[in-house]
Amino acid sequence: MTIKFAQSFDAERRRSLSIDLAIFVLIFAGFYGMLSLGRYWSSAAVPETNISLSVQALPGYAFFSVARLFGAYFLSLVFAVVYGYIAATQPRVERVMIALLDILQSIPVLSFLPGVMLAMIALFPARQIGVELGSILLIFTGQVWNMAFSFYSSMKSIPRELGEAGRIYHFSGWQRFIQLEMPSGVIGLLWNSMVSVAGGWFFLMACEMFPLGNRQFRLPGLGSYLQTAASAGDVRSIIQGIAAMIVIIVATDQILWRPLIAWSDKFKFEQVESNAHAGNPILRLLQRSKLAGWIGRMAGSGMERLMLRVAKKQAGQKAAPREPSRWVGWAGGIVVIGLAGYSVYRAIGMLSGVAGHEWLTTLGHAGITLLRVNGTLLIASAWTIPAGVAIGFQPKLARIAQPLAQIAASVPATALFPIVLLGIIRLGGGLGIASILLMLLGTQWYILFNVIAGALAIPSELKEAGSVYRFTRALRWRVIILPGIFPYLVTGLVTASGGAWNASIVAEYFHLKGQVFMTTGLGAQISQASDAGRFDILLLSTVVMSAMVVCINRLVWRPLYRLAEYRYRLDA
Amino acid sequence: MQQQEPLIEAVGIEKFYESPGENRIQVIAPLDLAIRPGQIVALLGPSGSGKSTLLRMLTGLSQPSAGKILRNGIEKKEAGNLAIVFQSFALFPWLTVQENVEAPLEARGVDKAERAERSRRALDVVGLDGFEGAYPKELSGGMKQRVGFARALVVEPEVLFMDEPFSALDVLTAENLRNQVTELWSDKKLPTQAIFIVTHNIEEAVLLADRIIVLGRNPGRIRTDFQVELAQPRDRKSPPFVGYVDFIYRVLTQPDAEPGKLPSAVPKREVHQMLPHVRPGGIAGLLELLPDPGQHADLYQLADDLGLELDELLPVVEAAALLGFLTVKEGDVDMTALGHRFANADILHQKVFFREAAVQHVILIDRIRRALEAKSDHRVPDEFFHDFLDEHFSEDETKRQLETAILWGRYSELFDYDAAQKRFFLTEPDSPAAHA
Repeated sequence: MTIKFAQSFDAERRRSLSIDLAIFVLIFAGFYGMLSLGRYWSSAAVPETNISLSVQALPGYAFFSVARLFGAYFLSLVFAVVYGYIAATQPRVERVMIALLDILQSIPVLSFLPGVMLAMIALFPARQIGVELGSILLIFTGQVWNMAFSFYSSMKSIPRELGEAGRIYHFSGWQRFIQLEMPSGVIGLLWNSMVSVAGGWFFLMACEMFPLGNRQFRLPGLGSYLQTAASAGDVRSIIQGIAAMIVIIVATDQILWRPLIAWSDKFKFEQVESNAHAGNPILRLLQRSKLAGWIGRMAGSGMERLMLRVAKKQAGQKAAPREPSRWVGWAGGIVVIGLAGYSVYRAIGMLSGVAGHEWLTTLGHAGITLLRVNGTLLIASAWTIPAGVAIGFQPKLARIAQPLAQIAASVPATALFPIVLLGIIRLGGGLGIASILLMLLGTQWYILFNVIAGALAIPSELKEAGSVYRFTRALRWRVIILPGIFPYLVTGLVTASGGAWNASIVAEYFHLKGQVFMTTGLGAQISQASDAGRFDILLLSTVVMSAMVVCINRLVWRPLYRLAEYRYRLDA
Repeated sequence: MQQQEPLIEAVGIEKFYESPGENRIQVIAPLDLAIRPGQIVALLGPSGSGKSTLLRMLTGLSQPSAGKILRNGIEKKEAGNLAIVFQSFALFPWLTVQENVEAPLEARGVDKAERAERSRRALDVVGLDGFEGAYPKELSGGMKQRVGFARALVVEPEVLFMDEPFSALDVLTAENLRNQVTELWSDKKLPTQAIFIVTHNIEEAVLLADRIIVLGRNPGRIRTDFQVELAQPRDRKSPPFVGYVDFIYRVLTQPDAEPGKLPSAVPKREVHQMLPHVRPGGIAGLLELLPDPGQHADLYQLADDLGLELDELLPVVEAAALLGFLTVKEGDVDMTALGHRFANADILHQKVFFREAAVQHVILIDRIRRALEAKSDHRVPDEFFHDFLDEHFSEDETKRQLETAILWGRYSELFDYDAAQKRFFLTEPDSPAAHA
């Protein structure tokens, strides 16, 4: 709206001024935060901080955790865009890079721990930054893969004619990226960012406080706070920590994600404007602010100057499109293959030290965890499918239930775990049951939200046809509902399955009240090996888990996906 | 016109995919094709005949498996200054209308002020001024395609390619946009030298194109390639138009038959008729002197009676014959019934008879009238008629033809000519308007 009425103009200006002030204060606070972070990082290394359980310490810990989480997120964003871009534009390496992504995605966070930590500490032996970077990289390994995959697939699914328009008008690589490739990736990246940051919270405890061989690591942060409280069995502190976490998560959602989602609306490919406008008050405030407008314009004109310079340069040297010389390609290939070969050789050397019976136990553990994961999926489906369909079919119910479910889903299950585990132990249960419950807490939401989306997407004509022809309840489910939600259900199950495997490492092995609770399973084996510094066992169990996840993806989920695409698509 | 150097010339280009172990899959068999300045070329063909593949090879978006493409006579892989109007519009949804139109200029490093000016002009041409700040999704399909046109025109392409540009639009919008394209093209307002349009709509091709290429499939190949000898604007119901449509339809529905010749219903050259340079008053004067129908008059005798040289009289006779007022046979002149009625009518009725006869028999007059009626503002620059007269007459003769047409048009009150603006314009024949 460009029309402004005179009477509201003054109020508008005053409001704009206060928003400018707020933004200014925020920038200043951010600057101060960076400064103190820098000071802390460059201080002498203290791998094992003493964690205070007092409430006053919480804001500081929260700040450190958020800084770590978003540092890792920022790294993930850059990596995801670069990796996705290369994979989508270089056909020679595309298949290898995507297969690699598939495998990396299946490796649990803890398996990266020893390598990452040891490398970072070796890099900065005397400074805190080494330990911090290690922790950030750990969080990064849990966040980055789905984002990279999302950016890659957005780039691959750019409508052909849009890409051709860019080519016929001789866009430079930079202009393509700014005006075509990045905008088409925004929405996918944003949704995956939300999932990734939530995943960061889920593994925060594991990434901030862990033993490695004979050394203990404990970084100041909410994750350490919660773990310390759990070890002490201090329920009050646990609840305080969870409350702090929820406040931050809700605030992030309101201040960051919601405005971003509203803003990302303009990157939709739809050719027709939808009537549902995802407006957002914070976005509107920002759009009204002069300061934000000025910053935006400066960034925009800088971007444009760069674009024009690249364009002029390219117009000047109308040379053939530079193909990376064969030579470099070959050299790079040889280096990569050499390195990979060497690591495989070392890994085999390491695995050859593992005794035969340990191989057998590992496979046995894998089987148990497989049962646990699939049990979790079954239990989750049993309640989320009917509940999701009910919510999706009744708009009134959806209005109440959806926000509630969203809040419930946003609480990282790992944070709740100490309380859940304490309760179950008091009731006489063990970690065997509790681990399933934890996996359930962590993964059922993926199924629920997808089922709701699926139920909402069933055209009302189909439902009406069911009523007109007096379908029985069973027939309705068999002919309309299950086929209708099938593609969504598969998506939810795939995500949940991956999440459950990953969660098994924290669910099957837990420090509580000064003792270690563990149950039989591959996850427990990985955690234990990491704790004990048994790198050979860690490698073996990681390879087994990764192989199982990749196999299940290939043999179960991908065929189901194809079936869903081919047979149960409603929009085709 | 045919002798001009082609802008794009494909020599023996083909497209195939190697399939392992087996024969290769031939998508397009080797073919030659040239796009010359001043033409609208339409590429027609059933689905699967490789229309889009051919367009993409000509534009350099995809490379032919064999053969070469000459651009302005030089073999080049990448395209030069071309533009495509896409079926799906292919606008960037996150850029405003203006930003979309400016994007190709940004790619050339044009600075901001000039970009704004050029995009404003392009949007002006397609009638979208005032929509600069809108996003594509806020526009209707027809308006989106106008943005697509503006984005294509802003680069002033050598050849403007269109890939089924109207098929995503509803029938009325498509018709409207098509008319505007032909109008802009004949007004020389499109900053491009040639248009190449891919379509599956036969009528669309015959409406727009100067030349139609029909592709066949398995593998894609040129079945027939011919000129459309119809003047713009074209009348869908005219017999020659229907003749072309039927011919193409036959070619497409008989994929295995030889395309054969264009049917005789389609005249090879429509305008070969030459207007004798005669004032309408002279025709009326001659007819009033002729004996009644059925009584022959000898041309020499007549000339003698009128005190005229024979070559002064002949054009007048020719003109009257052209209008159907008399017939000439072996040196004898015979007035027709219509001529008799004309000769005996008062001046107002003479104009009516003359008007009807002129529209019916005089191709140039009819063409000018149709062109004026088709235009929304009922104005057409004389250049437009120069263009097709040039094909048949010398420059001087073209001028004389138009001068005579203006005299006849004014007399019959069909149209008038504004010498200052060099434009024809429609007059209201029913009003008693003053005429020269």
